[in-house]
This record gives sequence, structure tokens and C-alpha cells, in this order.
Amino acid sequence: MTRKQRRLTMIGGSLAVLAVAAALVLNAMRDSIVFFSTPTMAAEKQIPTGKRFRLGGLVQPGSLVRGDNLAVNFSVADGAATLPVSYKGILPDLFREGQGVVAEGALDASGVFRADTVLAKHDETYMPKDVADALKKQGHWKDDYGAKPSASAAPAPAQGASK
Amino acid sequence: MIAEAGHYALVLALALALIQSTVPIAGARWGDAALMNVARSTALAQLLFVAVSFTALVMLHVSSDFSVVNVFENSHSTKPLIYKVTGVWGNHEGSMLLWVAILALFGGLVAAFGNNLPLSLRAHVLAVQAWIAAAFYLFILVTSNPFLRIGSPPIEGRDLNPVLQDIGLAVHPPMLYLGYVGFSISFSFAVAALLEGRIDAAWARWVRPWTLVAWIFLTLGIAMGSYWAYYELGWGGWWFWDPVENASLMPWLAGTALLHSAVVMEKRNALKVWTILLSILTFSLSLLGTFLVRSGVLTSVHAFATDPTRGVFILLILCLFIGGSLSLYAWRASALKQGGLFAPISREGALVLNNLFLTTACATVFIGTLYPLALEVLTSDKISVGAPFFNLTFGPLFVPLMMAMSFGPLLAWKRGDLLGAAQRLTAAGIAALITIAVVYAWTYGGSTFAPLAIGLAIFVIAGAVTDLAERTALFRVPFATAMQRARGLPRATWGTAFAHAGVGVALIGIICETTWNSEYIGTLKPSDVAKVAGYELKLDGVTQRQGPNFREMIAQFTVSLDGEQLSVMTPSKRNFTTRGSSTTEAALLTRGASQLYISLGETTNEGAVAVRIYHKPLVLLIWWGPILMAFGGMLSLSDRRLRVGAPKPAKASRALQAAE
Repeated sequence: MTRKQRRLTMIGGSLAVLAVAAALVLNAMRDSIVFFSTPTMAAEKQIPTGKRFRLGGLVQPGSLVRGDNLAVNFSVADGAATLPVSYKGILPDLFREGQGVVAEGALDASGVFRADTVLAKHDETYMPKDVADALKKQGHWKDDYGAKPSASAAPAPAQGASK
Repeated sequence: MIAEAGHYALVLALALALIQSTVPIAGARWGDAALMNVARSTALAQLLFVAVSFTALVMLHVSSDFSVVNVFENSHSTKPLIYKVTGVWGNHEGSMLLWVAILALFGGLVAAFGNNLPLSLRAHVLAVQAWIAAAFYLFILVTSNPFLRIGSPPIEGRDLNPVLQDIGLAVHPPMLYLGYVGFSISFSFAVAALLEGRIDAAWARWVRPWTLVAWIFLTLGIAMGSYWAYYELGWGGWWFWDPVENASLMPWLAGTALLHSAVVMEKRNALKVWTILLSILTFSLSLLGTFLVRSGVLTSVHAFATDPTRGVFILLILCLFIGGSLSLYAWRASALKQGGLFAPISREGALVLNNLFLTTACATVFIGTLYPLALEVLTSDKISVGAPFFNLTFGPLFVPLMMAMSFGPLLAWKRGDLLGAAQRLTAAGIAALITIAVVYAWTYGGSTFAPLAIGLAIFVIAGAVTDLAERTALFRVPFATAMQRARGLPRATWGTAFAHAGVGVALIGIICETTWNSEYIGTLKPSDVAKVAGYELKLDGVTQRQGPNFREMIAQFTVSLDGEQLSVMTPSKRNFTTRGSSTTEAALLTRGASQLYISLGETTNEGAVAVRIYHKPLVLLIWWGPILMAFGGMLSLSDRRLRVGAPKPAKASRALQAAE
């Protein structure tokens, strides 16, 4: 083979691998991207049943009901709308009523959000970033959520629970 | 006083870095040896001053001097001594100080052990190191000073984040930083080569050991972090494809590619321009990792504080160094002449293939990590790219890579014999097929993918063994002769075999853990029994205990298999009063390479405890694999060829001249 042919082989091979990789990425992008919504956004967008998304908001105080065998029901609120969530499993250590939470799952036929992952990520003052941004955008941000920024200098880590 | 001394030492280190970043380059331009030698003394002095600064912060933490903001916010007088020390880097300011300390350490090492480097190359390398150092000293001094005082000192500190109060914090960040920052050396060498406009095989021989050191530490650091997350976060996961994990995986992938392309350059004087580019990219990805973690654009365990000025500052450093080095590359790379020729089927060809797959895999991780950020900035849509994305892209790219992995070492340089290599791998192939059949029959009706993947892993391991057997002519010559040959093999060959086998071992662990993991999640009352994978776990009772800075609820489980009592496991839940937060301490029982894993959830009113029990078959292989890889790296590092040092560079007449 001449130098030119060798180089062409190499370039051709590289392009083939890159094309395969691009195809894989595009394919995966189509199937495995999960969007973030608050209850209000979920209501506006009419998310179809079974479509996975991340639901973020505050755990509605007084809504937490523990059932048998680790079944948990609670509501996520963002000030304008609430959405009931059901989950089965152990909640993260930092899960508390009135605090920020992010749950991943899908709506079922009766309009209940069936979560298979619940993330709580904050200390007493800190909000999950997604939730804080969404609340700010909707004007439900209360300043006292972020009143002691230095206290969250090392916010509690992501804690999660998943089935 | 100590705080002020530490602060002052850091300012002095900045001043030294500024001298080191300019004077040696001027010296190299004018051919003045004295000026070039300034780099050496300033690098050593810089190391001294940063060490003083770092020691000062450690002393402040150990003596619980709460008049310093950093100590107040991250320490507590009742915290055990080891966590007082490790807490130094368990926060943003301290961890950045550790970052520059390690950078100075590497600079100092090059200065101390670089006696056999050409004077001007050493001057350039140390100057580039000093540019990086100066940028990060400025960053610390301007935006994240760890030595700030409080006007009226409080009596007690806020304590360290409980999750970080673990021995993992003593090991994981320093290891990871030794890896991240270690790649700065190959970066500096690459930029120095571009500045000088000359590069030869000797250059690769100098760069390789440094890259190898960084790679070993990064491998161990990532593995350690993964194991830490596994036992500390309490839900048994060991890799989440979290952006911060990806931030460490990307330099690892690029660094692995760099290690391999440097071999080609060293042995065959080919792929020069590509090796330079990889050196730049690897450190750029390390910087990107630092940016992602430290700027607060991501929320994660590792994002300690979110302060926009810091983010902007690091972004500036990032743009300056990545943009600058890539522009320099674009401008000067054409001056570096292309090296030796080789056929597509050859050792070089295999290593090119390796590089192709590793960098492509790295690119998919890059897209998956940064696409959500880019989308949020552009359209303010919030998305998350999770494990499915990476499994669908990263996985398929690693399969051909691992298949090719066994062939590479068996091919000759320049022109290889694929058929011959395939013949020599027959035994490995048969071993893989038998494994697939046995695993498939054993787990009949289960996953079909898992047996195939395990077969691939066995092929990789058997391929590594085949390589050694071929080189020692095992089974063809008397055993004693083969042993003698084995002793005579270069250590780098042994290193390759161990590192490659390590990949196979890790793959077996990953597949077994994800496929045959069994779990029990439920609530247990005292004397209830849970059954998982044949093991019986009886909850004996729940007790309370007072720790140094926490209260602890301990559950005691008796584990038995087939009626025979094996052991007692005590998972617990700790409640840290100062921060009002709690952590879950999982209990682990190791059986061979498998583990039983118990973590506790909340207690109900009737005295029952929610528990999560997992049986994770062969899970430890996931971390033994990287340990094997790192061991292989160390063997390779101890190779005579690297210890003896690089040969004299190519004669000036053959040297590549810069296009001025």
C-alpha cells in the first residue's frame, strides 16, 4: 500500500467509528432523555401517561401518608399546582415535608405520578437547584429559603432512593 | 498568626510562579543557561511555600481555630482528629489549596528529577507549569481564600458534612487530584514541544512515566470514589453516570489513549502530532472536571459552594488554557514532521484503533455530560441524561475495543499478521466460548446478554495470559526455561498483561453485579427474618449509642446460611446534632468476591425498621479490576527502560525545526 492508501484506510476507519458513535448518541438521545417539570408545567404540558420525566417541587406539608410495606404517598407542590406522587421503597434521609424534592417516574392512568426514584438534596436551607430555579421563575421563591447561604457552604449531598 | 503566615506563603508562591512563568522562557530565547536554571530553583521554592501554606491550614483545622471562616464552617471541636485533617480538603477552599499543592509537588518533582532533560525543554516545561500554577493561585487568593478571619470568633464550629466524615475522604480526593493534576505534566511537555517546535522519540520517553503516574493515581482515585459511594450513600450503587463522575472518567479515557499513543511515539516515532493533541486534551478535560465540580453549575455531592464569581473565574482559566493551547497547536503542529510508516494491521494500527475507540467513547461521555448544560443555557429546558444514555452509547463502543485488546499485543510492529494472532488466540477463544456455554446453561432462562459479556471478559483475561505464554514459549520449551524467560521479560510486558486482565476482571464484576443482584426491601421487627439469595438475616434488635459528634442507632443482624450461623452485621444510622442531618452506615459482609449489604431506612412507630438488603455477587471484582490495572501500571513504571532514563535526543541536524 502507498502512504496515501494507508492514510485513506485510517481516515475511512475513523470516520466509520465516528459515524457509528454519532448514530448511537442520536438514538440514545431520542430514547433516554428525561425532562424536568414542576407540577404546574406538568399540568400545562399535558404530559402523556407513561412518559418518564423528573418532577420537582416542595413536599406538601401534611400530605405524607405511609402505607404497608414501604408504600409512600405524598404530594409535590410548587405554589400553583400539586401533583400526587406514589412511591414504594425507602425515602432518602433528607426527605421531609415542606422541603424540596425531585422524583423521577411517570404518570399513571389515574393521574398519579409513580416515582421509581426520589432524590432529596438539601440541608435545612438548601433547595435542589432545579426546584429553586423553577420556583424563582414562577415567583414563588421566598427569600428565607436562601437566607443563610453560608450555612449551606457544604450542602448535604445528593441522597437518593431507588427501587 | 498561623492563618496570616499561610496566606502570605501563598502570595509568595504566586510571586515565584510569576517569575517562573517568564524568566526561563526569556532565558531559552536568549540561550542563557543561568536564566533557564531559574525555573528549577523557583519550582522547588514554590513547592516549599505551598507546602507551608497547606500545613498552616492543616494546623488551623487540627487546633480548631474557629476564628478562621473555613475552619468554623467545616470543623467541630469534638470531631475525631483524622476528620479534622481530612476536613481540610472537604470544602471548596481547602480542596483548591490541595489542588495547587499537588501541582507544585509535580513541578517540584520535574525540577528535582529532570536533570537529564535538555535545559531548554525543562525551562519551557516548568514555565508552562508555572502559568497553570499562577492562574490557580490567583483564583484561590481572589475568590476562595481559605485563611479569611471572622471578626468575632464563635465558640463552636458548624462541623463537616457528615457524609464526608469517612476514611474515604482521606484517600479519594488526594488520589484523584494526583491523577488530574499529574496530567498537567504531559500538558506542559506538549506545550513546551510546540513552543520549541521540536519533538522526538526521547520526548515520548520522558512524558510516558509522568502520564503513567497520573493514570495510576486517577485509576485508583476513581475506583476508590466508586467504592466510597457504594458503601456510604446506602443504596448500593457504585456508578451513577453523575456529571461529576463523568468529569473524572473523561480524563481517564483520554489519558488511557495518551498512554497507548505515547508507546507508538516512543517505539516507532509515529503519531507525534496526535500524541501532542491528546496530551493537551487530557489535561483540558481535567480542567473541565475542575470547572464542572468547582463552579457550582452542577449540583452534586462534590459541589461544596456556589458562588458565581468562582464559576466565571474558573471558566476564564479554562478558556485561556484550553483555547490557548489548542490555538498554539493549530499554529505549530504542522511544524512537527510526520514519523514512521506502518500498515493498518500492525501493533501501531491496533493502538490507533484503541485510541479511536477510547476518544470516541470519551466524546460520547462528553456529549452526555455537557448537552444538558448547553441546552439549559440555550433554551432553558431542563433535561437529565441518565444511565440509559451512557449504557446505550458507551457500552457498544467498548465491546469492539475489548475484542481488539487481546489482538494488539500479539501483533508485530510495522506489519502484523492478523491470522497468526488469531491462531495464537484460539485457546483464549475456546475458553471464552466454554464460559459462555457454562454461564448460559447455569442461568438458563435469564439474560442472554450477560453470558456473552462474561465470555468477552474471559477472552480479554485469557488473551492477556496468552500474550505472556507466547512470549515465554510456555508449553513449548521446558518449564524451567519458560520461567527463566518470564523473569527476563520486560516489566512493561507484565504491566500490559495485568492492566488488560484488570479490564476483564472489572467487566465480570460489573456484569454479575448488575445482572444477578438480589435485594430485599421491607420493614423488619426484632426477631424477624429476611431471606436474600439463600442467606437468612435475623434482626436481633436495635440499640442506641453516643458517638463523638453524633448519636447512632445500630441494628444487629445475625446472618446464617443453610442454618449455619456465619456472622453478625451491624448497619447503623447516625444523627449529627450540629448539622441536624443523618447518614446511613451500611454493613457489609464479604464472602469471597461477593458481598451482603444492609442499610437502614426510617423506623416506624411500632418499632419496625425499614431495611434494604442486597446480595451482590462478585461485586468486589469491580474494584479489583482497577487495582490490577494500577498494579500493571506500576510494573510498567518500574521497567528498566524508564528507570535508566531517556536516551539523548535526536541530533540537532535531524531535529525538526520550528516554522518561525
